[in-house]
Amino acid sequence: MAIKFVLNGQPVSVDLPGDTPLLWVLREGIGLTGTKFGCGVAACGACTIHLAGEPVRSCQTLLDDVAGQSVTTIEGVSGQAAQAVQAAWRELDVVQCGYCQSGQIMSAVGLLSTTPRPTDAEIDDKMGGNVCRCATYPRIRAAIHRAADMMEG
Amino acid sequence: MTVQTSRRGFLKGIAALSGVALVVGFDAKGALAAAPVGTLDLNPFVKIDGEGIVTVVLKHFEMGQGTSTGLATLVAEELDADWATLRTEFAPADGEKYQIVGFGVQMTGGSMSIWNSYMQYRQAGAAARAMLVEAAAAQWGVEPEAVTVEKGLLKAGDKSAGFGAFVAAAAALIPPESPPLKDPAAFSLIGKPDLKRRDNTNKTDGSAVFALDVTLPGMVHAVILRPDRPGSGLVSFDASGAMGMVGFLDAKALPNKAGVAVFARSTWTAIQARNAVTAQWDTSAAEARSTDRMVEEHLALVRGEPSYQVREGGDLSATTAALSGAVQVVEAEFTFPHLAHAPMEPLNCVIEPTETGGVRFHDGCQAPGITQGAVAHVLGLTPDKVEVNTVFAGGSFGRRANPTSDYHVEAAQAFALFGGKTPIKLVWTREDDIRGGYYRPMAAHRVKIGLDGDGKVVGWDHRLAVQSIMKGTPFEAFAVKDGVDGTSAEGVSDSHYAIPALSVGLSDWTSPLKVLWWRSVGHSHTGFAMEVAMDMAAKAAGQDPVAFRLALLEGDDPDRKRLAGVLRLVAEKSGWEKPAAPGRFRGVAVHKSFNTYVAQVAEISRSESGVIKIEKMTCAVDCGVVVNPDIVKAQMEGGIGFGLGAAMRNRITFTDGAVDQWNFPDYVPLRMGDIGDIDVHILSSVEAPTGVGEPGLPPSLPAVANAIAAATGDWPTHLPWSENGLSFGA
Ligand code: FES
Ligand code: FES
Repeated sequence: MAIKFVLNGQPVSVDLPGDTPLLWVLREGIGLTGTKFGCGVAACGACTIHLAGEPVRSCQTLLDDVAGQSVTTIEGVSGQAAQAVQAAWRELDVVQCGYCQSGQIMSAVGLLSTTPRPTDAEIDDKMGGNVCRCATYPRIRAAIHRAADMMEG
Repeated sequence: MTVQTSRRGFLKGIAALSGVALVVGFDAKGALAAAPVGTLDLNPFVKIDGEGIVTVVLKHFEMGQGTSTGLATLVAEELDADWATLRTEFAPADGEKYQIVGFGVQMTGGSMSIWNSYMQYRQAGAAARAMLVEAAAAQWGVEPEAVTVEKGLLKAGDKSAGFGAFVAAAAALIPPESPPLKDPAAFSLIGKPDLKRRDNTNKTDGSAVFALDVTLPGMVHAVILRPDRPGSGLVSFDASGAMGMVGFLDAKALPNKAGVAVFARSTWTAIQARNAVTAQWDTSAAEARSTDRMVEEHLALVRGEPSYQVREGGDLSATTAALSGAVQVVEAEFTFPHLAHAPMEPLNCVIEPTETGGVRFHDGCQAPGITQGAVAHVLGLTPDKVEVNTVFAGGSFGRRANPTSDYHVEAAQAFALFGGKTPIKLVWTREDDIRGGYYRPMAAHRVKIGLDGDGKVVGWDHRLAVQSIMKGTPFEAFAVKDGVDGTSAEGVSDSHYAIPALSVGLSDWTSPLKVLWWRSVGHSHTGFAMEVAMDMAAKAAGQDPVAFRLALLEGDDPDRKRLAGVLRLVAEKSGWEKPAAPGRFRGVAVHKSFNTYVAQVAEISRSESGVIKIEKMTCAVDCGVVVNPDIVKAQMEGGIGFGLGAAMRNRITFTDGAVDQWNFPDYVPLRMGDIGDIDVHILSSVEAPTGVGEPGLPPSLPAVANAIAAATGDWPTHLPWSENGLSFGA
């Protein structure tokens, strides 16, 4: 039976087994590939999306779990925090290979939505699950602070 | 001859007309050449269409190192193109046209992209500019000298027009043999600190396409079941457990017995199905040793007589004599584990059949020149029938360039097994990546340094053991001389320190394990051993580590001068002269790799319970003329983080030949809280540009180890540090 949820503001209906990880539903079922596969075991954050506005790992979220809920991916993320984060990321040229960055941005938007002016310790804590093998961490930290400034300004 | 009047032919004519373009590149002899589009036998580096849109063709791939921005900068600078509207595209696979200058293979590696393209791409841009200027001058009836170019606009007096107006006329001109290049003082893009990366928008909105994102109609997904013990051969398998899984298609043995290809309608189903497949393996040719034994064997090699003396002019007997006359001898042993590259995007590629009977890859392809030959061999094609559509690569750190083009060959085998007509996406999971081989080899070093009564070095006996990366690969012919793999001891064998009686002994450790270059290759261990040993010697001599090094870098030798230059700069910027703040400890290191000179000062803190935190890294780099300063900084930051993450926690270990680690939970990558600020300073230089992708890594590990020694009195010489008595925290 098809499972219905709201994806980036639009209702969708997916006819896949309910125990399919949302990551693969998004990428291969629906064709939204901005959400990345990095580890499949909740250890890298590349697959981070927002479920009812909260950052979660889509590799550990089953299709069943999102029935009737609202899912946002990098392709659909919007609002003041998202705009500030993306602008700060570009201003500071955070990206290298870019593969982790969808997940970094989704986590950063989640962080700033609840903590508009995070400390370094809060950033370390809330971003600690997002791996960047290119080690762009110092720039991510700086860009989160920059985005916080933009949101105030 | 019949006149083509069909509607189709008519449309073709229109298309060709509107497709008018100026294409500038180099012909087979390496001379500058130009042509209207579609007529040429040259390697286009620059294309300008009738709208005046400039496209730079990138012969190097983009794994995050910033090459797409760098090569575009070179062309745009000399062409005076409009940076905002400029486009880039990855070159097709064509080893003749897009090889590394002087290297003969189309690939990216060895931190080579900018220096080997620096003149080539500037010349192509300059030639296109000269031709546009000549065409405009002729049309406007003015001297070419009267025409100026700025941001894609040609001007003379009150006349002005975009590039598009002149591409047709310019394409008919003969390109200048050696177009004048700008004086560096006139650069407006090269060296500009605030020029943005060209890939910073699509990599922040999810639209950048990596190979894993490529979907083709009818595409089938494949994963491969591999043995726990690398090098085992498949005897038999049983896929009955996967039968009946919705979406499971087939399972077939790879022809070389390296594994079982499992085919399904989706990656997720393929992974599930693979879990249900069982297999028997012949382990007779596989590695059977465990890591402890491997370490012992490496140490035995460095404690014994080396197989090769690899220092030019080095003489072990002279070194031994010098050491026996020394007032004190500093001795140390170092061990380095196997390491996985673990690029963020797991290995994968898509292969599809072409209309001409060949195949086309969609891949973040690091070495099209190797892939073409390797895949052609497997599929019985000629290399030109293997096309490559290069897309962004989600990191590599060396892994995507493989002398055997391993994952492309696997994909080709899977493609053939499935009938050769269906597009196949081959995916490595993270477990495949961590467990599937091609590791940075294990290494051991043993160093004995003799000092005289004044604390001066009188002799240095350096021995190392490592598995050769190059032996047994197609690169052996140029990389191995007289039995010596030049990458094994690079960084020690060619040390520029004025060390008297330095001898460097190398012994190969051998194993069926597959090893590969890993960011900075041999320097990933030699830089550490050299610079930690140097610190130990400085301490034994009772001297300041910076002053001790500078004393060995005196004189007019250009390498010594540049090493001393970055060392002085990093000392100044880190405030080395002043004592570290209370609770902080510092260490220094300097190393040359890939012709780039990097010095770093690490500052760490240590909690009462002994937990170490890397608070700050200060870095000074001399890479000649800087094309994109911010990308140089980013590469230093990346090299430092990649190296330190591995040094802190990473190792691949074996139990009876089977890999022990699985995924990031037990191959723990560097995380946000692990590292504080990284402060990079670039030494201004007029020397030719050199690479930056790798050289940031080698000095980072010894700088931190030396800082740890400043805190604890003991150098952590066995890696990774977390497995050898140290703990790191946020
Ligand atoms: S893919 Fe989900 S956390 Fe890594
Ligand atoms: S930018 Fe490459 S993994 Fe983060």
